[in-house]
Amino acid sequence: MTSEILIAGFGGQGILFAGKLLSYVGLIDGKEVSWLPSYGPAMRGGTCNCSVCVSDKPIGSPLVLNPDALIVMNAPSCDKFIGSVKEGGKAFIDSSFVGKERGDPRIDRYYIPATELARDNGLKGMANIIMLGKMIKETGLASFDAVKRAAEKTVPAGKADLVEANMRAIEIGAAN
Amino acid sequence: MKGNEALAEAAVRAGCRHYFGYPITPQNEIAAYMSKRLPKIGGVFIQAESEISAINMVYGCAAAGTRCMTSSSSPGISLKTEGISYLAGADLPCVIVNVQRGGPGLGSIQPSQADYWQATRALGHGDLRIPVLAPSTVQEMADMTGKAFDLADEYRAPVMILADGLLGQMMEPVSFPDIGNADEPRAKAVPKKWAAVGHGNSRGKNIINSLYLQPEKLEEKITERFKRYEEIKNKHAGAVSENCDGADIVIAAYGATARIARSAAETAREKGIKAGTFRPLTLYPFPEKELREACKTAKKVLVAEMSMGQMVDDVKLALECKLPVEFFGRTGGFIPGPGEILNKITEVT
Amino acid sequence: MPKFARPRSLADVETHYCPGCAHGIIHRILAEVIDEMGIEGDTIGVCPVGCSVLAYDYFNCDMIEASHGRSPAVATGVKRSLPDKFVFTYQGDGDLAAIGTAEIIHAAARGENFTTVFVNNTTYGMTGGQMAPTTLPGQVTQTTPYGRNTATEGFPLKICEIMAQIDGVALAERVAVIDPKSVFAAKKAIRKGFEFQKNKQGFSIIEVLSTCPTNWGLTPVKSVERLKNDMLPYYPPGVYKEGAVR
Repeated sequence: MTSEILIAGFGGQGILFAGKLLSYVGLIDGKEVSWLPSYGPAMRGGTCNCSVCVSDKPIGSPLVLNPDALIVMNAPSCDKFIGSVKEGGKAFIDSSFVGKERGDPRIDRYYIPATELARDNGLKGMANIIMLGKMIKETGLASFDAVKRAAEKTVPAGKADLVEANMRAIEIGAAN
Repeated sequence: MKGNEALAEAAVRAGCRHYFGYPITPQNEIAAYMSKRLPKIGGVFIQAESEISAINMVYGCAAAGTRCMTSSSSPGISLKTEGISYLAGADLPCVIVNVQRGGPGLGSIQPSQADYWQATRALGHGDLRIPVLAPSTVQEMADMTGKAFDLADEYRAPVMILADGLLGQMMEPVSFPDIGNADEPRAKAVPKKWAAVGHGNSRGKNIINSLYLQPEKLEEKITERFKRYEEIKNKHAGAVSENCDGADIVIAAYGATARIARSAAETAREKGIKAGTFRPLTLYPFPEKELREACKTAKKVLVAEMSMGQMVDDVKLALECKLPVEFFGRTGGFIPGPGEILNKITEVT
Repeated sequence: MPKFARPRSLADVETHYCPGCAHGIIHRILAEVIDEMGIEGDTIGVCPVGCSVLAYDYFNCDMIEASHGRSPAVATGVKRSLPDKFVFTYQGDGDLAAIGTAEIIHAAARGENFTTVFVNNTTYGMTGGQMAPTTLPGQVTQTTPYGRNTATEGFPLKICEIMAQIDGVALAERVAVIDPKSVFAAKKAIRKGFEFQKNKQGFSIIEVLSTCPTNWGLTPVKSVERLKNDMLPYYPPGVYKEGAVR
């Protein structure tokens, strides 16, 4: 069983970091993981994305073409990738930037005003983690305990308070 | 860790303390990593004024008997080929990394495998071969780097690691159990008595050189070198074959494409197609014997590459035209999806 | 003990240099410096492509043959891995000032602790006397049969003047090998370069104005006349920069 996740948005929204955190979560759960960023001119001020694979067996292509779960944090990425989600897959959309569209019977869509939630809760810059929290809850991809341990791993030493902030963001995401 | 970083750390653990490079995407993480890491452990990092300079710094450093490396991506490797020829001609051990991108010309910065011919046949003028290792995972980016330094020292030859933008940029878990650590890097494989380090008035002088004006001398040198290539072939040609026993079709691919081919073959088996996979670990020497062994029951071979078809030549040569060989490729920076390869498998079986 | 003996660092072999060529003199004074400093066993030389391509056979220290123009990069690699050894490059004008311009400029800019002996004879000797980057205006060569025309072939590069602008340079000095006095001065300059190197004080380059009787089509004596009359005014000898950079 391989879960393929695509995370996309603007550069600066923490897209790549959210993917890394998710990879660590998989690693801590004893899974095979891979993380592949988009790179090149597109990342300079434009949109960026990363592919994350979490699997029970060695991962073939690390490039996610048809995600089981999609997180999008801006309108261009939503337009670009929403159609690529697998049938029965889930799309998590930051409604602070993307207006609600007609439903799509193929997939489940979740609208979370993550950027507003982050601002209102004093977690500026953590909309990405709020989105991740929602995604983990709805997909059951990992335990919150694994997320906490992953946050401890990925947050630089000396910024321990950020672990707690990350966990709050995860919980806010899960609760919305 | 990113593949590029894993490779750099592995080089450090293999005892490489000297890195010379020039910026080019998608391999910049190697230089960035070395620029942070090496000064802290008494090493040397130099951003050279050009790829040409960088490879010649490697030439000097290797001539002094020191483990060293350079890395670049396709257009930069073209610039280095002059230096690589001199390194081969002077029997100097070093590691050269090519994190391939699309070409020709400036091409693209997306992953590609279009430098196979260059790596296996044309890394410089003259009668020479360069051992080429082809990692397929981030772990292998590390493991093969350790191996490359050992091979280089053992056979006094420049050794290339042929990766691509996908392997360089992606992250996977990696561990370094067999490579050593920074404080106690793996020992040099052989003492380098030939190195130009100053004779200290205690021995005759050493000359590092590739110029032999007498044809007899040059032929003798080259013949001796080709004996070493033959030994590398006998001892170090390698491949991984999976599910090839009883297979009707064998899919041959290296590097990043091999991972995708593996997924495609797995799905094909679920659909009842007897598909095996063959993945060369060394591109020169090409694992000919291993390929013939893997294709014992096969009726067909499918080669998949991120190019218009380059390794497919070596597959045909190794099989001596005894089996039909099909090809599937994407180029220009496209990474083929497992679905595309699966379609081709279905089409040809 | 003969008064005029072959320096220990100079190999007892016949060189391939043409009669009257000054490479022999420059090799000798370089070897004398190495002898006098007692560093033969701790010296690694890097030789170029050009007339001195076979210099690895002429010096008794460890030698490395570099590809065309790349000696400064090769020497950088050697010196960075053996910082306590002595490293020199021996380069001609085509090697250093044409194909290897980037390498020499950037080795100088990095203040690499090695010494370059730059032999300027205003022509490509080995290949039969083509225009070099240092060929004088009006000078006839194989590829400037009507004389170097600055309108189409541009101007000669004044390497010492360029080097003097570079912060990593500890010594940039131009000398000539004309007569015993100037040869002694040239040797002194090379020694100075090695001393800077010994004290890890930066990059040193000694430009030696030399002759090429064969490709100039002159006798050795007439060649020296030309050096004095034509080259010295364009390339004035002297110290262009001197002082430790670190």
